[in-house]
Amino acid sequence: MNIFEFTILVAAGSFLAGLLGSLTGLGGGVVLVPLLTLFFKVDIRYAIGASLVSVIATSSGAAAAYVKEGFSNIRIGMFLEIATTFGALVGAFLAAFISTKALAVIFGLMLLYSAYLSRKPRPRAERNLPSDPLATRLRMNGSFPSEEGGMRQYNVQRVPTGFSLMFGAGALSGLLGIGSGAVKVLAMDQAMKIPFKVSTTTSNFMIGVTAAASAGVYLNRGYVDPGLAMPVMIGVLAGSLLGARILVKAETKVLRLVFSVVIAVLGIQMLYKGFTGGI
Amino acid sequence: MAEIETRAFTDQKLENMVGNLLRAGVSLSALVVSLGGVIYLARHGREPASYHVFHGEPSDLKSLGGIVRYAFAFRGRGIIQLGLLLLIATPVFRVALSIWGFAEEHDRMYMIFTGIVLIVLLYSLLGSGSAF
Repeated sequence: MNIFEFTILVAAGSFLAGLLGSLTGLGGGVVLVPLLTLFFKVDIRYAIGASLVSVIATSSGAAAAYVKEGFSNIRIGMFLEIATTFGALVGAFLAAFISTKALAVIFGLMLLYSAYLSRKPRPRAERNLPSDPLATRLRMNGSFPSEEGGMRQYNVQRVPTGFSLMFGAGALSGLLGIGSGAVKVLAMDQAMKIPFKVSTTTSNFMIGVTAAASAGVYLNRGYVDPGLAMPVMIGVLAGSLLGARILVKAETKVLRLVFSVVIAVLGIQMLYKGFTGGI
Repeated sequence: MAEIETRAFTDQKLENMVGNLLRAGVSLSALVVSLGGVIYLARHGREPASYHVFHGEPSDLKSLGGIVRYAFAFRGRGIIQLGLLLLIATPVFRVALSIWGFAEEHDRMYMIFTGIVLIVLLYSLLGSGSAF
């Protein structure tokens, strides 16, 4: 395969990853690294570097659309970014000391967890919960345009739990070069009880800042290859922009099912490759 | 009540500015990366692709100064890398803009939160090279 063919194929695969990642709120990075390492036989460190860069593009591109729709909450995002950026630095630092096999295994576990999480039925959104006093002090409670029309108010729960989970999300992001959308949605959906569309879009919004915190480290370390990152970034960006347009209108139930199956299969393959040393 | 409405309005304004900044940063970077990509493919498209073995990037493609030098020599890979740098810088600018926005709202608490995030980001981009 020459560089031209390789570029076209990688761009096409990245487009799909970006589209699915944006539609499901799980981020494109989570399928990108397995795609690059398993199908294109790219070294996992190059794959992580390219993925990290593309994650910034996905997040920023999609977030540009969301913030204007009034879904994302800039205060929740800003506060939790303290946790994610510190976590991202720690993760990027750790990545230098971990073997590629171990990276593959951790990645596989992360994929299986993401797949499990996206299948778990989301508890019916509880409305009119009392606010966590800390959330009130931090002025995190907000409103968003609801399906029934008009604005819907929401109150934020369990801020410290959400903050701790976000540190973990940041560390995984820096270690694996993914947006860690799954962990972020877990923190905001489950722990903080933020309405789904608000948490998905705010998470998307935060991912860029989190990824930038570790991308600097990766660039300085020589893990970002321009020839690989170029088709990955352009492809993911185009896919995620299309995904963001659909998300505002679409019901994502079926897609989450399909995507979770894909993620689980990739997770098993990453685990297998990590244990057998084929990575 | 009036106070709440003022804050909501300013938050919305800030969110719009952030949205515009993100769009501009990503568009510019995509443009630069594409330009570099065209040059790179025109010159190297027929060579065999090999990413299976990890070499790490040459030092010119790792540091800010090296990337700028490479890009202005009109080398495809250097221009791509410059575009990627713009992309990484976009969230950093976004955070800086948010500090300004919170200052406009006289929200000292969120200025501090945002300032902490900005320091972490700048350290990663500029300070981490020597640390690792």
